[in-house]
Amino acid sequence: MKIFMLGWEFPPFISGGLGTACYGLTKAMSKLGLEITFVLPRTIHTDKLSTHVNMRTPADITTSQIVLDENELKNIKFKTIDSALKPYATAESYRHEIEDMIRAKQKRSSTVTIGAESLDCNAHYAGDMYAEVHRYAASAVKLALQEDFDVIHAHDWMTYPAGIAVAAVTGKPLVIHVHSTEFDRSGENVNQMIYDIERAGMHAANRIIAVSYLTKNIILARYGIDGEKVDVVYNGIERNGNGFNFGKIGINKDEKIVLFLGRITMQKGPEYFLAAAKKVLEVMDNVKFVMAGSGDMMRQTIELAAELGIGSKILFTGFLRGEEVRKVYERADLYVMPSVSEPFGIAPLEALNHDVPVLISKQSGVSEVLTHVLKADFWDVNEIANKIVAVLKYPPLQMTLKEHGNFEVRKLKWEDAAEKCRQIYEQLVSQPVCV
Amino acid sequence: MPSVCFYFQVHQPYRLRHYTVFDEDHRYFDTFKNKAICQKVANKCYLPTNKLILDLIKRHDGRFRVAYSITGVLLEQLAEYAPEVMSTFDALARTGCVEFLAETYYHSLSFLYSRSEFQEQIFKHMDTIERLFGQRPKVFRNTELIYNNELAAAIDEMGVFDGIITEGADRILAGRSPNFLYKPPKEGKVKLLLKNYALSDDIAFRFSNRGWSEWPLMSNKFSEWINRVNGNGYVVNLFMDYETFGEHQWEDTGIFDFMRHLPDEIMKHPDNNFKTPTEAIAAYPATDTVNVPALISWADTERDLSAWLGNAMQSNALHELYRMEHNIKKTGDKVILSDWRKLQSSDHFYYMCTKYFSDGDVHKYFNPYDSPYDSYINFMNVMGNLEKRCTDSSRSRQKVTT
Repeated sequence: MKIFMLGWEFPPFISGGLGTACYGLTKAMSKLGLEITFVLPRTIHTDKLSTHVNMRTPADITTSQIVLDENELKNIKFKTIDSALKPYATAESYRHEIEDMIRAKQKRSSTVTIGAESLDCNAHYAGDMYAEVHRYAASAVKLALQEDFDVIHAHDWMTYPAGIAVAAVTGKPLVIHVHSTEFDRSGENVNQMIYDIERAGMHAANRIIAVSYLTKNIILARYGIDGEKVDVVYNGIERNGNGFNFGKIGINKDEKIVLFLGRITMQKGPEYFLAAAKKVLEVMDNVKFVMAGSGDMMRQTIELAAELGIGSKILFTGFLRGEEVRKVYERADLYVMPSVSEPFGIAPLEALNHDVPVLISKQSGVSEVLTHVLKADFWDVNEIANKIVAVLKYPPLQMTLKEHGNFEVRKLKWEDAAEKCRQIYEQLVSQPVCV
Repeated sequence: MPSVCFYFQVHQPYRLRHYTVFDEDHRYFDTFKNKAICQKVANKCYLPTNKLILDLIKRHDGRFRVAYSITGVLLEQLAEYAPEVMSTFDALARTGCVEFLAETYYHSLSFLYSRSEFQEQIFKHMDTIERLFGQRPKVFRNTELIYNNELAAAIDEMGVFDGIITEGADRILAGRSPNFLYKPPKEGKVKLLLKNYALSDDIAFRFSNRGWSEWPLMSNKFSEWINRVNGNGYVVNLFMDYETFGEHQWEDTGIFDFMRHLPDEIMKHPDNNFKTPTEAIAAYPATDTVNVPALISWADTERDLSAWLGNAMQSNALHELYRMEHNIKKTGDKVILSDWRKLQSSDHFYYMCTKYFSDGDVHKYFNPYDSPYDSYINFMNVMGNLEKRCTDSSRSRQKVTT
């Protein structure tokens, strides 16, 4: 079976879990014999989307840094979109272009219509991201016409317009994979344009994959989708077989390390991490709190640390990748994810994979699948601090969490996620497409 | 000839309240929850079952007889939260057909960690039973039926017991029947009554299981199984949690009706009768020796200690708790001593069990925690506070004396 997959990031061009998930999922799909064409936007604009501040453009990265194992990804073709393509085009002109292509294809029997509602009502909003999303859609349609495939699989909102357009032009079934929603990223202050794109994508899709029941519930409650159409497929984790490489990151040996690793944004709850740190420091001294990541709340978070008077105990490392991430995990005594809303949360799995016990917020999808972890409500700073102190103070707790957590995480395999996707694809191709 | 020996375990621990490292007060126990559970279980189990047993004893003119082991921590809670239950146990005691067994007052694992504490708790329990029910126990059952040769020797040395109750685990019987009396390898006075786990668990665990080939279990069918022992055993020991009636097996499963008709059915056979543990020990000789070098218990399928001592958290919490014994006792503070002892109830360590946590099962019963880790953290926080109180108390006492 051939899959036309639309993604926004792929290692090493990643800013968070999405790229990691796409990598793990496609690798496992490839092993199942699925052939995947993976479409990536070649140029990644980072100016407007502050959560992507540390992402680099392709020009910054030499080819040798792209570590893609040819063997493991043998069934995957990568298509990147030519960055020189009409750089000054507006979203409008792309929309016309897509509509023209649809009209040209309308002779076919399908009565597919593009999610015009989302495009129309946002005509006034022609920000860079919007233009980028539609430029990507237009290019994806062109690529799709040169490719032969059975199913379209689109990851997160940036690729939904492309998914809708490709489905409209080719008549192939569309699977939307929801790794996060606007409500997770922005709380109640949703960006209407993004919400509309998400909604159009979900309604146009033949099937929706949600990364957790938490996310499925949001899809049902906030986007008006029929539950029958939504499957939950949990993310997996790859076993890291590598030995440890002990690195120094400027922390005394006898000091305990509590780690926050993720984007420093509202969604991830950095202020709760700091508030808990403050409480922990009331009863313990030899501990440092490492905040690895960047994001639009970085500055605010640094200032908050200073205001709380714990600036010297908090270490901001900026965005880490690859080897740096491994080093920081090696030194960490506990990984804390106080996310306000986390559709899934791959990072805790990675922490467990590195033998680091984790404390996660109950408001995370990953808490549905993990039992050998500590859990607390993200707002319950007292309880978060209570649990941090316990892990640092009682080695048997850390040991038991590590032992069982590491065992449990091995059960979460990308192979299983890929198999579930394959089943969804097969159901789709075996039934006539009706939109 | 088989006698049927019923013994019911009656216990509820003092559950801890949510206690963080930032808490400083000395209120460790969840009064609200303990009261609620105590009253709930009283209404669903203790009161209706006590009434049923009393009726059966009266109806059969004393031929129906049973034994109870009621922990000190439950007796304290009943007196406070459900005093009406106390009077029904008192009524049962007055029939003369009910035997009360001895155990550690706090339902503790003290045998494994401190012999002095172990003995103190047994005497405290025996004194309480004698005060409340007018009889001094003659048979001992250890917490969770934990047993080995050493326990038998320790109990025998106390010189006040005729017998010990424990699990009829396959590995100690090695093909022999649990329906005989046994003795430990070291020469002494005590005889052993071993639980017939197959027949006990038919009532305690399988009774309401519709997937079980013998469901529904009726008292006449069960009596036939008892009759089969005739000629091949002296006594069928049916040992179970008292909460089996009305709580583990709800009333609508028919468990009360089953019990109501069971004495009639069993005594239909003229050779059958009911005996309490002391009566069984007096009536029958020990036929053989069981050698139990390694610890056994009545828990799970493993029948070992892994439910309380299976992971690093459990053994750490237990070691730390008993490490405090000397300092706790040195304070001479009765409240501190009582708080420390309430922490010894085996339930606190059972809640920390990670064995079946992912699957979720019987370990969840009345478990106040979401996870074993939460339970350990809570316990350690409480113990941390207790230790501090202990140190403070010793310090202030030192000041007074100097």
